Amino acid sequence: MGMQRSVLAINGDEAVAWAARQAQVDVVSAFPITPQTIIVERLAEFIHDGELDAEMIRVESEHSALSAAWGASLAGARAFTATAANGLALMWEILYIVASTRAPVVMAVVNRALSAPINIHCDHSDSMGARDSGWIQIYGEDAQEAYDNTLQAFRIGEDERVLLPVMVTLDGFLISHTLQNVEILSDEEAYSFVGVRKIPRIKIPDIYGEKEVPLMLNPKYPISFGPLDLFDYYFEHKMQQIEAMERSFQVIEEVHREYAELSGRSYGDGFLVPYRIEDADAVVVGLGSTMGTARTVVDELREEGKRVGCVRVRVFRPFPAHRIRKTLSGFSAVGVLDRSASFGAEGGPLFHEVRSALYGLKDRPPVRGYIYGLGGRDMPPKLLKKIFLEVLETREEPERPSISYPGVRE
Amino acid sequence: MAVELRGWREIPVAGVPFKRAVEYKTGDWRVFKPVINGEKCVKCGLCWMFCPDMAISWDGEGVPEVDYDFCKGCGICANECPVHAIEMVRE
Repeated sequence: MGMQRSVLAINGDEAVAWAARQAQVDVVSAFPITPQTIIVERLAEFIHDGELDAEMIRVESEHSALSAAWGASLAGARAFTATAANGLALMWEILYIVASTRAPVVMAVVNRALSAPINIHCDHSDSMGARDSGWIQIYGEDAQEAYDNTLQAFRIGEDERVLLPVMVTLDGFLISHTLQNVEILSDEEAYSFVGVRKIPRIKIPDIYGEKEVPLMLNPKYPISFGPLDLFDYYFEHKMQQIEAMERSFQVIEEVHREYAELSGRSYGDGFLVPYRIEDADAVVVGLGSTMGTARTVVDELREEGKRVGCVRVRVFRPFPAHRIRKTLSGFSAVGVLDRSASFGAEGGPLFHEVRSALYGLKDRPPVRGYIYGLGGRDMPPKLLKKIFLEVLETREEPERPSISYPGVRE
Repeated sequence: MAVELRGWREIPVAGVPFKRAVEYKTGDWRVFKPVINGEKCVKCGLCWMFCPDMAISWDGEGVPEVDYDFCKGCGICANECPVHAIEMVRE
């Protein structure tokens, strides 16, 4: 398998496992949780069948899963893990540690609602809660993109200009368990795209002055990661993370372009994926698999003469605010779909980011917020159509933002 | 203690320390400092043995000495001294 390009009938989880195998990860450390489990099961099979030479660490919790991946990554390995919902919640402490010690771990998060009540279906409350942890976040729309994004994630995170962990998300069940024809690169093409993990070098002092050492745990050149900072240097280290996120814009763009040349597949400019917005009056913005449905609805409404379009946000961290401003200025209204709630806030996380990005524009469009699909509640085309029509009729920004909850029963 | 602080572009990433451990003068955390009374001291070496920071040096014969660059003022030495020869004095 993998000798040449092929089209496989696989689901989103399997597509992620294929990408991790082709990136030749050295360490897989994970704990099973629906709907992520298939990813690690496939990787275990690849290792067993001799198709992947990696260490599979079977841990007792997600806290340990990410801790082990972190240690492996600092030791120079290409480390991969995957989780969902409550598993991600249990990783919380380590999420921040991985990011701040600049370990380029790649993690697939198969989006699932957080307990309670316990629910295994899709919403984005798990990864949205982690949006400020210092990880890059790429949201895919289908199984093909889950594969493509995972391959790109290694390149982005490991780039010396970035050195940040990357979360690749896919909608639980809607993508993770849905069979699709997925185009797979040959093993050789995929690996030469991702390449060997390069370890950057840093300068540290020694008794003779200064010396250069690899930024990794290596007994020959001992260094430690993240010991105490007080009020003297903590802020400076956070500033470096802020700067790394800023630099990642360029790298995400380059990697996306290079991958497009190799595979023939691209996703907008790598950050935003617009659809039929050129002459649109109203535009709906959202994340993940819902935006596939949105395109169908756009086509239907266009047939009826309604000038609507949609924009899918592919990269949420770093948030492409500059591109949002360029893309969304001049429309008569914008609607933002959030598949997670930010309890106590006016609207969901994507709504906050989009509206905030537009605030400084002279001709900013009014923005409406929609929180939908919690716990896997369906977003059928009929409901989306109502949203598009409501946005189309919106003329001015209300003083208090308009937030509604399509799909919930009164 | 006047320390020159560097900017965020001037330090290594990932929270890797950029000074040798001996350059981190942890003595400035101290509130009370141990003062050894050489008259009372019986040179048993218990303070030297108990100091968790190895901030007390002793040649095995004379009165032990405290290195105030690294002594955090925990007071273990004063607590352990069998002849109460160590007094904790507010800085």
